[in-house]
Amino acid sequence: MAKIKGTIIVDKERCKGCAVCVASCPFQVLHLSSQVNGRGYPFAEMEHPDQCTGCASCAVICPDSCITVYRQKFE
Amino acid sequence: MKGNEVIAEAAVRYGCDGYFGYPITPQSEVMESLMEMKPWETTGMVVVQAESEVASINMVYGGAACGKRVMTSSSSPGISLMCEGISYIAGASLPCLIVNVQRGGPGLGTIQPSQSDYFQATKGGGHGDYHLIALAPNSVQEMYDFVGLGFDLAFKYRVPAMMLADGVIGQMMEKVVLDDPRPRRTDEQIEQECGDWALTGKKKERQRHVITSLELDPYAQEVVNEKLQATYRLIEANEVRYQTTATEDADYLLVAYGSSARICAKVVEMAREAGYKVGLLRPITLWPFPGKPIAELAGQVKGILSVELNSGQMIEDVRLAVNGRVPVEHYGRMGGVVYSPGEVFEALKEKIINKTK
Amino acid sequence: MAEFEVEIKPENLVYGTPKLITDRIMHYCPGCSHGTIHKLVAEVIEEMGLAEKTIGVSPVGCSVFAYNYIDIDWVQAAHGRAAAVATAVKRLYPEKMVFTYQGDGDLAAIGTGESIHACNRGENIVVIYINNAIYGMTGGQMAPTTLLGMKTATTPYGRDPKLHGYPYKIADMMAHLDGVCYITRQSVHTPVNVRKAKKALRKAFENAMAGKGLSLVEFVATCNSGWKQSPVASNRWMEENMLPFYPLGDIKDI
Repeated sequence: MAKIKGTIIVDKERCKGCAVCVASCPFQVLHLSSQVNGRGYPFAEMEHPDQCTGCASCAVICPDSCITVYRQKFE
Repeated sequence: MKGNEVIAEAAVRYGCDGYFGYPITPQSEVMESLMEMKPWETTGMVVVQAESEVASINMVYGGAACGKRVMTSSSSPGISLMCEGISYIAGASLPCLIVNVQRGGPGLGTIQPSQSDYFQATKGGGHGDYHLIALAPNSVQEMYDFVGLGFDLAFKYRVPAMMLADGVIGQMMEKVVLDDPRPRRTDEQIEQECGDWALTGKKKERQRHVITSLELDPYAQEVVNEKLQATYRLIEANEVRYQTTATEDADYLLVAYGSSARICAKVVEMAREAGYKVGLLRPITLWPFPGKPIAELAGQVKGILSVELNSGQMIEDVRLAVNGRVPVEHYGRMGGVVYSPGEVFEALKEKIINKTK
Repeated sequence: MAEFEVEIKPENLVYGTPKLITDRIMHYCPGCSHGTIHKLVAEVIEEMGLAEKTIGVSPVGCSVFAYNYIDIDWVQAAHGRAAAVATAVKRLYPEKMVFTYQGDGDLAAIGTGESIHACNRGENIVVIYINNAIYGMTGGQMAPTTLLGMKTATTPYGRDPKLHGYPYKIADMMAHLDGVCYITRQSVHTPVNVRKAKKALRKAFENAMAGKGLSLVEFVATCNSGWKQSPVASNRWMEENMLPFYPLGDIKDI
């Protein structure tokens, strides 16, 4: 059975840790990091990467344009 | 032609790109004439009747930001409403032409002629350290000529220029020599002339252009101000314009601009017939002010009368130039009342001649 | 797991930052709707191939610096006057795409006159109107759109209509004007809404280029600093309190 998997890359330094992406992810993939970036913000990262489908909900809503989404189909 | 109508004619012939205005007496004929001329069908010039002077000056700001030759006209209370926008235009270093056909104030005042907006035109009007190039026509011909001159100077220095006329000249009919119409600049010409700053749409090969007067860093804002001031010093050095009449042997000097200068020209004749050597200096640019020639004449004359249709505004600049060397007095009427040459002559005798004998 | 590792390569890219969004980090507070809306504007301009033709007019308010974030030519207008500025730009450059980006204070308070008259003249521009019911930049004072009972710095006991008047729906008022072809109210508080809003914005831009008249896209938005809530809680509060009074959807479409 074909599987669609996704992944994201977060521009950590651009992220302000607003967590809107975390709340918008339909599969609870994301959470905020326990570390902070250079400007003192915790940043979004994948907590459950295997659940990501690459739907881009997080990136679409991100106010700071810091999420890039990739998706691949595995036969 | 009538003074106000000639503004419209001059704008179209000069290749003006846009006029944005709001009706107010005594200058409504400017927009009326333009609407009758329909220049959008001939030269492509845009004419918009805005919903207020506030809107019209901000339309001018938008047009000027595009590197287009744009203008507005109004009268005193309308110019007061525009002052915020004029400050933005000055702050963003944009060229444009603003015509003020002055009427009596303060407040709604009268609709008769006055020169009581001298301070507003020469000392700012709006907020912040800025100047307008202020041109004062004294004939219908000059109202025509100063549209082109105003645009030329405004674009040369990227500053707003104001033609400070008054209700006398605006409503006056005189013969005018018109020059040949010239076409509006093409987009390519605008790109050539203003391509390093104007909004023409961001091309791949250049940085985006942002027209703004905002700078949150005070040190950077100071640099913006220093640049503006350097431009103003350059204008002061290069663009002072004035005219003298019978000053070579004068014992007494009248200083007057616009319609007052016409009246004073008559006073010079009357005084000379009566045996007094009176001369006239007419500032054509109110800013930059012709302080230097006035200072030079102060070494020659016994006293100076500043003749203005107001309570004494330009006199401050005359006194600054003279610096206490000879008496400088003011004569004026207010609220839209215009003096006769005889009244001015009497005032000259009473305030200057009789006191400096 | 390794067999399902997504390869980071261009053909697998499904969503990236629009090219017109500059590298500069936005000054907006975390979670501010402005960032998401800026991105939509950038995407629409890019997708329509209008980058070299578009001139934006930025307002006074938090989004005054919109010109730092979208890589097109901009003019910054005096408070409330964006529609007048845009009028002149569009009239003088009819082939250009001209839009304003204004908050509720700019458009619905100090700039009511300019906004209404640009609508009435049917200027072929797009007005992007951000309604978050508060003045963000000056520190959270009452906006004309502040809800009744809502607490702000100048309505510390809640907005009382006897003292402060009523919130008003300027988009609905504008819909009555003949020069207006499209008015819609959108939001960006969920991914679904973001996608809908982008479609609406694109339609507005198409209208302007087709010379159909003025289009206004209102965004009901959050100001989590002004509302004193977290970004996620603000989105929820907006849905529960703002949307019943400012319902989403097209108001006029001709």
